[in-house]
Amino acid sequence: MILRRILIANRGEIAVRVIRTCQRLGIETVLAASEADLDSMAARLADITICIGPANSSASYLNIEAIVAAAFAGKADAIHPGYGFLSENQKLAAACDRAGICFIGPKVEQLDAVGDKLKARAHAAVSGLAGVPGGEICSLDEAQRLATQIGWPILIKAIGGGGGRGMQQVHDAGKLAAAMEMAATEAEASFGDPRLYIERFIPRGRHIEVQILGDGENVIHLGTRDCSIQRRYQKLVEEAPAPNISEILREEMHRAAVAFARHLDYRGLGTVEFLLDCDRDTFYFLEMNARIQVEHPVTEAICGLDLVEEQIAVAEGRKLQWKQDDVKFLGHAIECRINAEDWVHDFRPSPGTVTRAVFPVGQGIRVDTHIQAGATVPPYYDSLLGKLIVHGANRTEAVCKMRRALSNFEITGVATNLSMHAALIRNDEFALGGVDTAFLHRFLQNGNREVA
Amino acid sequence: MKLTNEDVQGILRLLDATKYDELHLETERFKLTLRRNRESGDWTQERQVLSAPKVMQSSAGVSGGAVNVAPVAATATSDARKSGWIEVRAHLPGTFYRAPKPGAPPFVEIGSCVEEDTVVGIIETMKLMNAVHAQARGEVVEICFENAQFAEKGAVLMRIKPGNA
Repeated sequence: MILRRILIANRGEIAVRVIRTCQRLGIETVLAASEADLDSMAARLADITICIGPANSSASYLNIEAIVAAAFAGKADAIHPGYGFLSENQKLAAACDRAGICFIGPKVEQLDAVGDKLKARAHAAVSGLAGVPGGEICSLDEAQRLATQIGWPILIKAIGGGGGRGMQQVHDAGKLAAAMEMAATEAEASFGDPRLYIERFIPRGRHIEVQILGDGENVIHLGTRDCSIQRRYQKLVEEAPAPNISEILREEMHRAAVAFARHLDYRGLGTVEFLLDCDRDTFYFLEMNARIQVEHPVTEAICGLDLVEEQIAVAEGRKLQWKQDDVKFLGHAIECRINAEDWVHDFRPSPGTVTRAVFPVGQGIRVDTHIQAGATVPPYYDSLLGKLIVHGANRTEAVCKMRRALSNFEITGVATNLSMHAALIRNDEFALGGVDTAFLHRFLQNGNREVA
Repeated sequence: MKLTNEDVQGILRLLDATKYDELHLETERFKLTLRRNRESGDWTQERQVLSAPKVMQSSAGVSGGAVNVAPVAATATSDARKSGWIEVRAHLPGTFYRAPKPGAPPFVEIGSCVEEDTVVGIIETMKLMNAVHAQARGEVVEICFENAQFAEKGAVLMRIKPGNA
């Protein structure tokens, strides 16, 4: 099967990103946009734009019926779901199957296997990969028993989804009941699924992930990424490869991720997330993301592949055109997520109209964005304005390049977190590399608000 | 053809070899400005896609779903009775929720007594939930927005009659 026309069921920078690859490959693009995005950069770039509903995403970007109908109306033979929204939704994938439309993503059963965190943990275990010690909890008694067994403190998590929603850290048995109730309420509200599990809380951990690509039979990895710089479980800075880990550990992570994806006969692009326990120097399986990720450009920078192109190729039913040994890694890449957030005022969201957008340009500098002068930043969606990605021969060079690139980056009209990134990149602990997930909190506590 | 990132890099390579510090290119489809910083030698770009979106007019089967466009709430009022009332305004544009979660009872009703720090609603902006505080002590006398209605920044969400209610 050769895909000739793809419907992009997403918005913002990822819609622009997907359109650019399609245009390079000579594939026509149909953009499914909400009323709030009919004048967006993606709409200006797409061959056709179809309105799928009002601004509110539950009526548009999350509306499976409207999206499939738009694919028919636009005569698209495939749907690219981007990230977020319906990107890992089994119902959309199944609706595509029924409608004879190609879903650019994993098969329904693979989405099912990794979408439910407990099922994913079980599959990981079968493939020889241990999760953080823990398990499902159905009652307070059970939770207490399990927590005592694995050791306090513990983390309560939602089975139905991630992103920090439904997550609670508990230090002793006395607070367990209340925390469980809060977590279940939040999990129910966020995912429609109140089920919970617990894990041992790892005080010093790093979030390291492995990019994998499979064609349903063969699986290769495209190296590691470090995404430990997070605020409230939202990533802000990512880099590839993960710095300051032994090559033995890195190889083990590569092998574990590939083994897990092979066990699922995985088709598509995916990310296996690990938690590296800094004190024990060992890693655990966290979850698998069955979609393209925001931070994919750092991987593209070091391995030289276009991951959207690879996604399209395996969705067309082609075999991987690369063997593991064909993938060569070069240099180091860092990405900063530029958000419309007034970070000096507790990261208050800042929708509005962009009056000016100046970006750095040059060798090893990439800006993925949907922002240009006159662009509106609607209040309905997330705050990502764009991503600045730099690529250097090594980490030191990449850090230098990022400092310079940030100083040449300017957005006016909405508040941004640019000055936070500028301060972060100059931070000594960051410069050393390999910070843990608690780093950003410490950084913000240490008066770095004033830098701006 | 659309202007690609590779095109921009190519133009930059050509330009870098010249003595020029600025380039402006404008066609019907795009606008590009490349500028060299005299001191650092770094280049910056300003780019705009000018092509108009080609929006396919509503075809059968593409359904919208519930429309939640808010009528702008009536603001200033000449009613003397209201003169002493305090307006609770949206500090951010976003979707106004009267309850903490679907199905739950609203934070406040007309007649509810509130303190300065009482949460009277939520404004969802960019996927973040922001609590709306009464910021006055008194009684809720008017609620201007429905649940899940969109409120512009500064819109009056409700009115409070001050007092030690």
